[in-house]
Amino acid sequence: MKKIAVFFGISLIIAACGGGADKDTKATTDPYAVKPAESSTGNPSYDPNRGVGKFTKVEVGASLDAAMAANGEKTYGVKCSSCHKLTEEKLVGPGWKGVTSRRAAEWIMNFATNTDEMLNKDPQAQAQLEICLVRMPNQNLTDDDARALYEFMRKNDGVK
Amino acid sequence: MRNIKTIMVAVLGISLLLGFSACKPKNAGNAVSADAAAKAYVAPGKYDEFYNFVSGGFSGQMSVYGLPSGRLLRVIPVFSVDPEKGWGYSEETKPMLNTSQGFVPWDDLHHTELSQTNGEIDGRWIFGNANNTPRVARIDLTTFRTQEIIELPNSAGNHSSPFITENTEYVVAGTRFSLPPDDKNGDVPINTYKQNFKGTLSFISVGKEDGKMDIAFQIQCPGVNFDLSHSGKGKSHGWFFFSCYNSEQANTLLEVNASQKDKDFIMAVNWKKAEESLKAGKGRKQAVKYAHNTYSDKTHSATSEIKTEVTVLDAKDLKDICYMIPCPKSPHGCDVDPTGEYIVGSGKLAALIPVFSFDKLQKAIADKAYDGEYDGIPVIKYEAALYGEVKKPGLGPLHTEFDGKGNAYTTFFVSSEVVKWNIKDLKVLDRAPTYYSVGHLCIPGGDSKKPNAKYLIAYNKITKDRYLPTGPELSQSAQLYDISGDKMQLILDFPTIGEPHYAQAVAADVIKTKSLKFFKIDDNANPYASKGEATAKVVREGNKVHVYMTAIRSHFAPDNIEGIKMGDEVYFHVTNLEQDWDVPHGFAVKGAANGELLIMPGETQTLKWIPTKVGIWPMYCTDFCSALHQEMQGYVRVSPAGSNVPLTFSTGKNLPAATTTADTVKKK
Repeated sequence: MKKIAVFFGISLIIAACGGGADKDTKATTDPYAVKPAESSTGNPSYDPNRGVGKFTKVEVGASLDAAMAANGEKTYGVKCSSCHKLTEEKLVGPGWKGVTSRRAAEWIMNFATNTDEMLNKDPQAQAQLEICLVRMPNQNLTDDDARALYEFMRKNDGVK
Repeated sequence: MRNIKTIMVAVLGISLLLGFSACKPKNAGNAVSADAAAKAYVAPGKYDEFYNFVSGGFSGQMSVYGLPSGRLLRVIPVFSVDPEKGWGYSEETKPMLNTSQGFVPWDDLHHTELSQTNGEIDGRWIFGNANNTPRVARIDLTTFRTQEIIELPNSAGNHSSPFITENTEYVVAGTRFSLPPDDKNGDVPINTYKQNFKGTLSFISVGKEDGKMDIAFQIQCPGVNFDLSHSGKGKSHGWFFFSCYNSEQANTLLEVNASQKDKDFIMAVNWKKAEESLKAGKGRKQAVKYAHNTYSDKTHSATSEIKTEVTVLDAKDLKDICYMIPCPKSPHGCDVDPTGEYIVGSGKLAALIPVFSFDKLQKAIADKAYDGEYDGIPVIKYEAALYGEVKKPGLGPLHTEFDGKGNAYTTFFVSSEVVKWNIKDLKVLDRAPTYYSVGHLCIPGGDSKKPNAKYLIAYNKITKDRYLPTGPELSQSAQLYDISGDKMQLILDFPTIGEPHYAQAVAADVIKTKSLKFFKIDDNANPYASKGEATAKVVREGNKVHVYMTAIRSHFAPDNIEGIKMGDEVYFHVTNLEQDWDVPHGFAVKGAANGELLIMPGETQTLKWIPTKVGIWPMYCTDFCSALHQEMQGYVRVSPAGSNVPLTFSTGKNLPAATTTADTVKKK
């Protein structure tokens, strides 16, 4: 019995040491791990209107960039249209009509590109998940894809 | 009570005594020390240190384990169909199992070999051999999928394969069964073996960048059984060594008739010289038929091409290319140490292990120290090539791997043990029992120039009492030894699929960072791909109906299809629109006479379905994908032949409820 206790003790110590050493590399590969708040990337405190992700300030023109919106529409067709309608009707996810007035560009683009972390941390994303009950898939959009999609959303919301 | 105690103490005492005196404990109790579990323990959520690629033997597949935990990570379908993954069932993968005999759904994958650069494992591909219908497969280690399979003409029982040269210039294949060559009339009496049967060694070139395989040349050899092989390395790079038995050329009761002679051979082949002969036009073009199948990760589908010609060199005419080294007795393993100097032959029936020297072999050739010829091939004098013999190592030596520190480890089938010995002085250093009847063994990089000798895995043929009984058929097993110290230490047993033969292992870092997470949907060039739900459709071409379908968490588009008629062949081309790691969707339809589809993100796969009855047929996603996975389903309506129900399809369109009831339809 004693031997068994000693053995378990040892394995616990080993496990504990392993965990400590690996923490940094692990966090990036595990979508469910909660990251500590980033301080060095210009995201000092959490801004619920912006969410968490690389987009802190998105430049949006006064009028529509039609070419960019057309690109966004293409991406919408392949990667988004299965779940999002262009009306207000909820399909799997919410309809897109009016989304640009409900949410900031930064929040939308962060959610589209940094989906898992947003779902783990952002209160508004979590509230939406409680309604839809399907975690939005990370569709591996590039930064340009995300920006173009936002422009397409603007077009959908009537920006000329 | 007291009596029982006394007996137990006595039994314990005796078994301890036996254990120490015989050095061969017969139960796990005295073979495993207390820290064994800690050494094999990998905490939940932690990665293993090594990948271990284990041949699946008669399962036809290749399994991937983590070491030291022995956890099964994946079974890669190779030569046998796998309905779970749709392998051999989806329209896209069927051509991978095509051969000159047509579609072959099963084989026996014996050996595995990781690709190398400069004699070190480079983590790009792993090769496997089919022992029944002779083929070699290449598996891509970014996708862990079989990407190419090439069939071998003039061959049967591709056993001494898929061993490679140190820069993966070639993967070889040596035929176990000799046969009349494919372009000869094979309708001859079996007992004309000596006149009509030939052995064949195939050298398959491997594309430097893309890994593409091609039979560069074959060497026609005397009719014997080629068994195993390994390439030279370092100083012996440019040579290949093949063990062979049945030099008696028996065609019946080989158990007795192929065990007559004291020595059979290891055949040494100077393949660099063979290349020169080939360039000099000495090869003979032979008309043959063999399949070459490739899978594309762009079109997500396979193509099978039947090739009709191979270039053959004749060993008899190539006096400076092939040599026979006598090797006692019915040699099996043929293993080359990391320096390339020592070639270890393991005679299954020999009571010693001969170690040959590459330098001495070169000198023997230069001095023409021959002992006659075997079917026109010079036979080197045994002593002229011999470095020395390991005396009384054990019973039934089979295979040897190396630790890169001057030691060799050989398995002994009959005496059920692994024996560690020093290559220089040929002295036995340690013995470890196996449970039971060990065949192959593996040390990470143990047949390369740079072994990473922390562990040794023994692959046993018999497990008997090692696991809970499961009826007459029991699991095969692997046993993990820590070999970082002077003595081998057994630390873990784990069961394996099929019967494991050779295996390979490599540090996880060499492979894990290259692992692909998903296929980019934009790059999907499958002609039946639907990129986006708006492109989903159903198209009739005569009696063929093509369903272009998309899958995303958690619905199919279309999920209601009507207008299918009896006599139709329906092709469900399902594209997974997901673009994230670990989100496959499955697809199954009731009554499908094949398998399911398992579609990786960004991929398109096709299931053929021939309805057998009029009615409503459900289909659904088989791989749990989200909280609403159970809702991921749909219906296909099948009407009688000649029915006028129009072809329609939809998703999320609730049509006004129709008034027809099942009963009224039936009455009509």
